[in-house]
Amino acid sequence: MKPHKFDYVRPETVAEALDLLAQYGGDARVMAGGQSLMAMLNLRLVQPRVIVDISRIAELSDISDKGSMIEVGATVTQARVENWDRLNETLPFIARAIPFVGHFQTRNRGTVCGSIAHADPSSELPLSLALLQGEVVLRSKKGERVLPAREFQLGLLTTARRDDELVTAVRFPKSIGVNGAAFREVARRHGDFAIVSLGAVRLNGETVRMAVGGMADAPRTIELPANLSDKDLSERIDAFAWDLGGLEDIHATARYRRDLLRRMALPIYREVAPCAA
Amino acid sequence: MRSVNRDDHVRISFELNGAPVSGLGESRTLLSDFLRGTIGATGTHVGCEHGVCGCCTVQIDGVAQRSCLTLAVQAEGRSVSTVEGVADRETGELSPLQKAFTKHHALQCGFCTPGILMSFSDFLNRNPEPTVEEVKEVLGGHICRCTGYDGLIKAILEAAEEMRAASTAATASR
Amino acid sequence: MGVVGVKDQELLEVKPAERTGSANADVRPWTPDRSGRSGALGSAMTRLEDPALLTGAGRYCDDAPVAVGTLYAAILRSPKAHAKILSIDVSAAKALPGVHAVITGEDIRAISDPFLVALKAPIDQWSLAVDAVRFVGEAVAVVVADDRYIAEDGVELVNVTYEDLPVVVDCLKAVQPDAPVLHAPAGTNEISNRRFVYGEPDKAFAEAAHVVKTELVYPRSSYTPMECFVVVAEYHKASQSYDVYSNFQGPFSAHPVMAKALRVPGTKLRLRTPADSGGSFGIKLSVFPYIVLMALASRITGRPVKWVEDRFEHLSAASSGPNRVTTIEAAVDKDGRIHGLRMDCLEDYGAFLRAPMPGPLYRMHGALTGAYDIRHLDVTNRVCLTNKMPAALIRGFGGPQIYFALERLVQRIAVELGLDPLDVIRRNLINKEAFPYRTASGALYDSGDYAQAIEKALADGRLEELKARRDAARAEGRYYGIGFAAVVEPGMSNMGYLSTLVPAKVRERVGPKNGAVSMVTVNVDPVGAVSVTADVTVQGQGHQTVIAQIVAEQLGLTPQEILVNLEIDTQKDQWSIAAGSYSCRFSPGTAPAAHIAAQRIRDKVARIAAKQLNTVAEDIDFANGMVFSKSNPDNSMPFSRAAGTAHWSPVLMPGNDQPGLREIGVWSPPELEPPSSKDEINTSLTYGFVFDMCGVEIDPITMEVRVDRYVSMHDAGYLLNPLIAEGQIRGAFVQGLASALYEEFVYDESGAFLSGTFADYLVPTACEVPEIEILHIETPSPFTPLGAKGLAEGNCMSTPVCIANAVADALGVESIQLPITPSRINDLLAGEESRPAKQIQTATDGGSTSARAGHMLTGKGEFVVAAAPEQIWNSLLDPEKLKTVIPGCHTVSVVEPFKYRAEVTLGVGPIKGRFVADVQLSDLQEYRFARLSGGMSGPLGGSEGEGTVTLEALPEGTKVSYTYSVGVSGKVAAVGGRMLERAAGMVIGQFFERLSRVVKPEEDGPANTASTTPRWKRFLGLGR
Repeated sequence: MKPHKFDYVRPETVAEALDLLAQYGGDARVMAGGQSLMAMLNLRLVQPRVIVDISRIAELSDISDKGSMIEVGATVTQARVENWDRLNETLPFIARAIPFVGHFQTRNRGTVCGSIAHADPSSELPLSLALLQGEVVLRSKKGERVLPAREFQLGLLTTARRDDELVTAVRFPKSIGVNGAAFREVARRHGDFAIVSLGAVRLNGETVRMAVGGMADAPRTIELPANLSDKDLSERIDAFAWDLGGLEDIHATARYRRDLLRRMALPIYREVAPCAA
Repeated sequence: MRSVNRDDHVRISFELNGAPVSGLGESRTLLSDFLRGTIGATGTHVGCEHGVCGCCTVQIDGVAQRSCLTLAVQAEGRSVSTVEGVADRETGELSPLQKAFTKHHALQCGFCTPGILMSFSDFLNRNPEPTVEEVKEVLGGHICRCTGYDGLIKAILEAAEEMRAASTAATASR
Repeated sequence: MGVVGVKDQELLEVKPAERTGSANADVRPWTPDRSGRSGALGSAMTRLEDPALLTGAGRYCDDAPVAVGTLYAAILRSPKAHAKILSIDVSAAKALPGVHAVITGEDIRAISDPFLVALKAPIDQWSLAVDAVRFVGEAVAVVVADDRYIAEDGVELVNVTYEDLPVVVDCLKAVQPDAPVLHAPAGTNEISNRRFVYGEPDKAFAEAAHVVKTELVYPRSSYTPMECFVVVAEYHKASQSYDVYSNFQGPFSAHPVMAKALRVPGTKLRLRTPADSGGSFGIKLSVFPYIVLMALASRITGRPVKWVEDRFEHLSAASSGPNRVTTIEAAVDKDGRIHGLRMDCLEDYGAFLRAPMPGPLYRMHGALTGAYDIRHLDVTNRVCLTNKMPAALIRGFGGPQIYFALERLVQRIAVELGLDPLDVIRRNLINKEAFPYRTASGALYDSGDYAQAIEKALADGRLEELKARRDAARAEGRYYGIGFAAVVEPGMSNMGYLSTLVPAKVRERVGPKNGAVSMVTVNVDPVGAVSVTADVTVQGQGHQTVIAQIVAEQLGLTPQEILVNLEIDTQKDQWSIAAGSYSCRFSPGTAPAAHIAAQRIRDKVARIAAKQLNTVAEDIDFANGMVFSKSNPDNSMPFSRAAGTAHWSPVLMPGNDQPGLREIGVWSPPELEPPSSKDEINTSLTYGFVFDMCGVEIDPITMEVRVDRYVSMHDAGYLLNPLIAEGQIRGAFVQGLASALYEEFVYDESGAFLSGTFADYLVPTACEVPEIEILHIETPSPFTPLGAKGLAEGNCMSTPVCIANAVADALGVESIQLPITPSRINDLLAGEESRPAKQIQTATDGGSTSARAGHMLTGKGEFVVAAAPEQIWNSLLDPEKLKTVIPGCHTVSVVEPFKYRAEVTLGVGPIKGRFVADVQLSDLQEYRFARLSGGMSGPLGGSEGEGTVTLEALPEGTKVSYTYSVGVSGKVAAVGGRMLERAAGMVIGQFFERLSRVVKPEEDGPANTASTTPRWKRFLGLGR
């Protein structure tokens, strides 16, 4: 389990990084924290010709308040966000979900943007982005694009990032979930990829948005009225579960995943939308 | 801009446990292999090379992370700490964490131990008063096959308490 | 709880057994000094091993310096479960700069022999696959290079052509007459079938009021030490000998097997083991084929060769416990008293029978009736082979399998007869007056008071309160259950037990096999410093500490003054076929040998000192570094001076004593007799007792098993070091918990291995482990001078079944499949799942689905293309067009009409690999239907499968429908299982997306650069 040979380049500015990506395109792989990429390199599942290590680009290391959004730069680690003093106030849902990302030791190095760019369908941060309907900032030498979450993650490990683009930041809308945010995930062990993960936020008085990870090739969301009865909710969730299908692997059957969603949904929903009575 | 060609062996230098170290490595050389094979710091162990088991955990600039998921070249110019630097560098006296490990039989084969020590010497610095659940969560980033974890949890909690007491005493005496 | 208060434990009087004649009649027994004296044998002294291990100063195998010029090996492993090797092309790998050699089965076949097997069956195994591969992960070639990185580069360049052979994974299928046979010369996969009858089981069953029967499947798992295998081998051409440094856990009886394979006498295979080892749990016995392989690699390259196993190799190919299917039935009376047992044990050893297999099937043979007094027994042991990794030694070694059957049966008896399971247990226990107790199948249980242990566990473990918790939970509709397990834990195996495998007549012919020779040497140097070497290998148990305690106890020194070196060098050290660390042989075996050696030193020093102190040896005592007269303690001399006399002043030696001070303690207890002519066998020397009780609750949302309370009572005789004893119990408990709830080596029906990383092979972490309460009583063994028994394996045996019994109680079900995963519980409890009539959200533009059916990834989809069926059809049949349709295609060649070979780069997201694909089109119905079949292979693995394409003309174009069914094996299956189903769907989806584009070119770039929901996703119904 040793990586194949590759050229290693460590740009210090975004401009340098974009030059490299323009030059190497699909032959390059961007590494920020490397907590997913390095394991795949060691297993030789991934064999890029060039590794572009962006971890020392100072201009990407900020968490900044952009008014309606919180922007997290590409080299900001998960641990930094987890320990950011304004997290609970501005991004209450992330505050709940981020402790479930890997382990203490991998959050110390893994980045928020890296996890989102990796687009694992069971990961907590892509789910968070989908649930909060955040944005991904992509830059190339040709310019900047800002994609909404649903247009960024296209499927299993597959995103809309073009080969010459760098994910420079992700943006999460501020204050979503201050009226209610809940997250739960079922994994075989703490820190494992979720079998099913489920997040919910109260958007306003009338709507609850939920996002499910681990059941399809990307996190999927559903919006529901906030005043559903248990029975109505069950029907809506049952239909959603059938629509997602659920995945089959050695740890869980698709049936178990659907059942998990059915059973997890009510308490999560009620956490953000308590019964009127 | 640092760049290393795939076929080159280049000089990689950083600080290890407070002293400068240097050696030749490739772009693809893992930090874990560089520490063990090139520097000769064999206290850091390799258990899975895919980031799950935690044996290879070291600190880079004081922060615990997996050395198998880090390229040696990424450590350039950084300050790396490993198990060899945990005991007092002058006297060799074991740290409170190390002492508690032996008292509570928190190690058997000792293979996972260096990584656990590196995780908790970072974590207890940041969180001197952890709950049992917090200790378990951080310990959850390590696999130990011998001990069943019970002694580890007791040792870590006791070491935290002792470190708090020592720090209170130090503050008081100042 | 903390370390148990040993003083509170009951020390029971046990009458010594009638000895059948002892080789060590002069050995003085010991009783624990629980006065609190620091470092005393029997006290919870902290370990001498710890300071080095805590400071990074451990000396593990991979830490040691190697000879100048050492090369590094990497192993190419089979992606196939069963295939003929047609050719191995090593040219590209050999041409890689830095690669020194590429070694294949043909190379090693010329200079080595297959490994000896315990059965006289033609199931040859070399250290590399020869002619065929029989499991995923089997070593096929070795690349030896300047470093490991280059060696792995070389592995990727070796090109093997295989021809698939039929695969059998399930052991029940493997023993069917029409099953594919793994080793043709053996003619069958069921390579051993022996029936044993003790007492009159038929009569017991005929007279029984009830017969209770159940069938159990014990799965495959391992205990995966954190340190993987390491071998450094050097061939010395001048002496034609091999020098090997490895973290092997022997030499054991495996050393002769290795020497034979290398075609050298044992003296020419020097085996050395390091000072520290990162755990073994039995697994490191399985280093032995690699020791031979690397020794041969060194011989071929003329250079020392080092190999460090990586975790992927370890999980897929190192070692596994055997899986077993047991059918067990009991003849019981109405009160639950068991009068007879019948068992059929079918044990699956994987692709080869590696020595000392089938040990797990026979190691427990004397103790098949567990803690119960059952005189009539009918057992059939069957050994079979399948296309899985070879099974070998793992902690518990046969115990988990037998107790899973026996203790589940006891619970079933209670359920079926409407009894309290505890009453069934109590009614059948061996009475304490009956010890030493000879079981029906020949074990001689040394001591015990099972009833007392159980009653104490129930009281101290607060059973009544646990029952109240169960009642309360059930009243609220929650699933809560209580489980019990009573287990007899063997210690120190009789090396002759495996000969029970062959009929008595054969045994008579080849001569008896028995015993378990243990040896320890105590050496005192000219200044009185004491060092010890012993025939155990270090694995982290703390043997150095306990040996130091034993020796210090005899010599009046402190354990800190005793240097214990447990590195083994087979050319220099004492060792016999039992040497190594396994089967809990330390406390009943090596510890007595250390005690004997230390007593001999003590006796000799006493004679030396008596002469100088003008008294008799019987008057001499040892304490605090002094040797003195008991009657006049002031008449004394330092131990160092007395001992030094043997070196400096031979003239002062008393009587017949020789100068020098070095004694070997040899321990070979007479109770370890060979199997009798009636196949009775005392399989072990000591028999401890474990009784476990637990309460579990099933989480109503997740269906996870939560252990609410776990109580484990142990009687392992005298505890030599309670701190270390508790460590062993806790470690074994978590491994037992892992077998119950988490760990399993999963193979699909095609033989693909699916648990290749620690993300899929689920070792529990601190977050998953519940607290346990440990209790002890001590009934010392009369058969060992220290009264100690083995205790490190008990919970591997008791915990899986105890938790299974609790889950069965909670759910009210009979069939419990290990590991008890939430998904499995969900399957047990969930009723019919009905699809709602109206779908809230459906794909608008066709659709695709994927799923798993057995080992096959299946899927189907359909979409509409604005082109005529003829256009699409022609694209499929035109190699040039096909090249643009197949994702990542580099070349397409026509092998023969309708048969293509393509080189492709395929993958999902960043994960890509190069493959060679062979595709055949058949069942062609022009413009309407085609069947595609074939396979691909590459460094990431391979796949086999088939699909169909149906075209239907519509007014707006053509409806294309497809189905597929593929099996995936090799690395991608082993490490990527979580994503495989969707990945297959995506790759196949890409094919059809491109098909539609070739027919009607789009201006869009490749799918992954599209800025909005791409067209192909809409085609496949994945867009939203």
